[in-house]
Amino acid sequence: MELKPGFLSKNPSVLVFLLVLALFTLGVTLMSEAYGSGAISTSFVKTLGKTLCLCLIAIAMDLIWGYTGILSLGHFAFFGLGGYMIGMWLMYARTRDIVLGSLTGLPPTPQEINDAVATQIFGVVGTSELPAIWSFAGSLPAQLALVVLVPGLLALIFGWLAFRSRVTGVYLSILTQAMTLALSLYLFQNESGLRGNNGLSGLQNIPGLTADQDHLSVWFLWGSAAALALGYLLAAFVTSGKFGSVMRGIRDDEARVRFLGYSVETYKLFIFTLTAVIAAIAGALYYPQAGIINPGEMAPIASIYLAVWVAIGGRGRLYGAVVGAAFVSLVSTWFTGGRAPDLNLGFYTVKWVDWWQVLLGLSFVLVTLFAPKGLAGLVDMVQGLRPPKRGGAPLGPDDGSLQEREANE
Amino acid sequence: MSGTSTLLEVSGISVTFDGFRAINNLSFNIGAAELRAIIGPNGAGKTTFMDIVTGKTRPDEGSVLWGEMSRNLLKMNESQIARIGIGRKFQRPTVFEDQSVSDNLMMALKAARGPWRVLVWRPKEEDHARVAALAEQVGLGDQLARKSGELSHGQKQWLEIGMLLAQEPKLLLVDEPAAGMTLAEREQTTALLVELAKTRAVVVVEHDMEFVRRLDCKVTVLHEGSVLAEGSLDHVTANPKVIEVYLGR
Repeated sequence: MELKPGFLSKNPSVLVFLLVLALFTLGVTLMSEAYGSGAISTSFVKTLGKTLCLCLIAIAMDLIWGYTGILSLGHFAFFGLGGYMIGMWLMYARTRDIVLGSLTGLPPTPQEINDAVATQIFGVVGTSELPAIWSFAGSLPAQLALVVLVPGLLALIFGWLAFRSRVTGVYLSILTQAMTLALSLYLFQNESGLRGNNGLSGLQNIPGLTADQDHLSVWFLWGSAAALALGYLLAAFVTSGKFGSVMRGIRDDEARVRFLGYSVETYKLFIFTLTAVIAAIAGALYYPQAGIINPGEMAPIASIYLAVWVAIGGRGRLYGAVVGAAFVSLVSTWFTGGRAPDLNLGFYTVKWVDWWQVLLGLSFVLVTLFAPKGLAGLVDMVQGLRPPKRGGAPLGPDDGSLQEREANE
Repeated sequence: MSGTSTLLEVSGISVTFDGFRAINNLSFNIGAAELRAIIGPNGAGKTTFMDIVTGKTRPDEGSVLWGEMSRNLLKMNESQIARIGIGRKFQRPTVFEDQSVSDNLMMALKAARGPWRVLVWRPKEEDHARVAALAEQVGLGDQLARKSGELSHGQKQWLEIGMLLAQEPKLLLVDEPAAGMTLAEREQTTALLVELAKTRAVVVVEHDMEFVRRLDCKVTVLHEGSVLAEGSLDHVTANPKVIEVYLGR
């Protein structure tokens, strides 16, 4: 990625965003149990770190849906796959450490270690064989590469098949949802080699690090913030130039873009794969903070939530997606965490744990109907209070009306 | 570099939609620097003909060959055909309304079209100058920063013509350019099309006879998917068959 000197000055919202993110990260660090006053509990630091990862996948969703007009209901599959890929290393390496620690007597052969690790990990699904897909699980660099490669390749193959046959609109959404569902159902099987519905667990312990969770949570917050910052910069770069024009062109009139000589299918495939990789990286940072991943995380409903976040935040703008994901997921945590006080209506007591989903669904409908720009539309309202930009033209029909420069003063 | 070499050679194409023969054994040639008007009543197959040349519709039979290399256009998709130099202006102005006039023109500007190249492409001084010159040419010189959705109908028509020029096509297919234009704008359009045809091939589909007369060029009359007559406007309007199916009513 190449950033020209004028890039930030041409995209002031990027600078504002990076500043806010840096201040937020610094603030949380100074209030964490590890590095500051301890006003923010370690579990809440983790929640905030996870929220940053959700903001990152929301940016990916905004690129594919808000900018390119492809309503993908499958991006959480890539998010989950990224989590599984890093989870395999976390689980394997940690189990190996435990096995090595518990062994006594003669030094074990590599085969013995491998068998012991396999028994530990796969005993729960009734086998002691290490599946072939775990071949690289012992190597961090290999699994990190797979975080990008596996979801990227899946997106490439799926996208190639879907886009070249010119499936669009709601049919494509259904297709992506079917892909997510199929992947989730496949992973639910014990034979999938990823522990079926048990999923992977204990991911919050990082092998080779002796630091406690107080410190780890802050480190992951930093990592997530850095990934979000880079993702935001990349997305701003992609959408700012002619590429962004083509994306929005595809969203508004893809036939016209074809007649301009752009291969629409290639562009869609490019963006679909790029956003799948961003989603996978977000997932790889999310699940070590969540500690556990199972196929339920990849159920189609997760990807639908993602669309709701972006819609509420305001699609077609990067900060809209971030604000939507952060706001909705944090409010959701508050409501479903049992901390929201019940609302007593006299004849009925509203328990938010049960009613939150109804409220969320309702706000989605209301936003779609009355505020299609979402929360980001509020920024427009604030900007609308500034002097009108008339390019020097008079502000009214008469000669004596206020000139633009006068209104400024 | 003679102006008589054939640029586009369409021979014997037929296409059927649900049993309806939209194009029936149609043949059509145009030279590298030629202005041609296609006229015909509604349903004569004018738009379908354009769809076939630009790759939107595949004919059941026949061939469409392009340029001196006689490349087969039927093997290419819409974007490939656009890249080898066929530009199309739609009847209804289709510009990207959510984007500024200059973004629209910048996107159309002749340059590499692949995703990686476009991703790192940033406009240079000469590109900005070219966009400004194009906007000036179509009378939108002071509208560059405006969203094209805010433009009037006529201005959108002009913007689309500007985008077409930015593509620098060798063949321009123009569908009813005069629709929705004022008299002054029609004259401007006529002059522009005549000027353009000096250096490239221009095909104008139109059913406004006055407009065609002003273009002063060879005319092809379509009827029920085939060529009914071809020649100067006076020649074809004297043809009894043409009078019967088109002008006589």
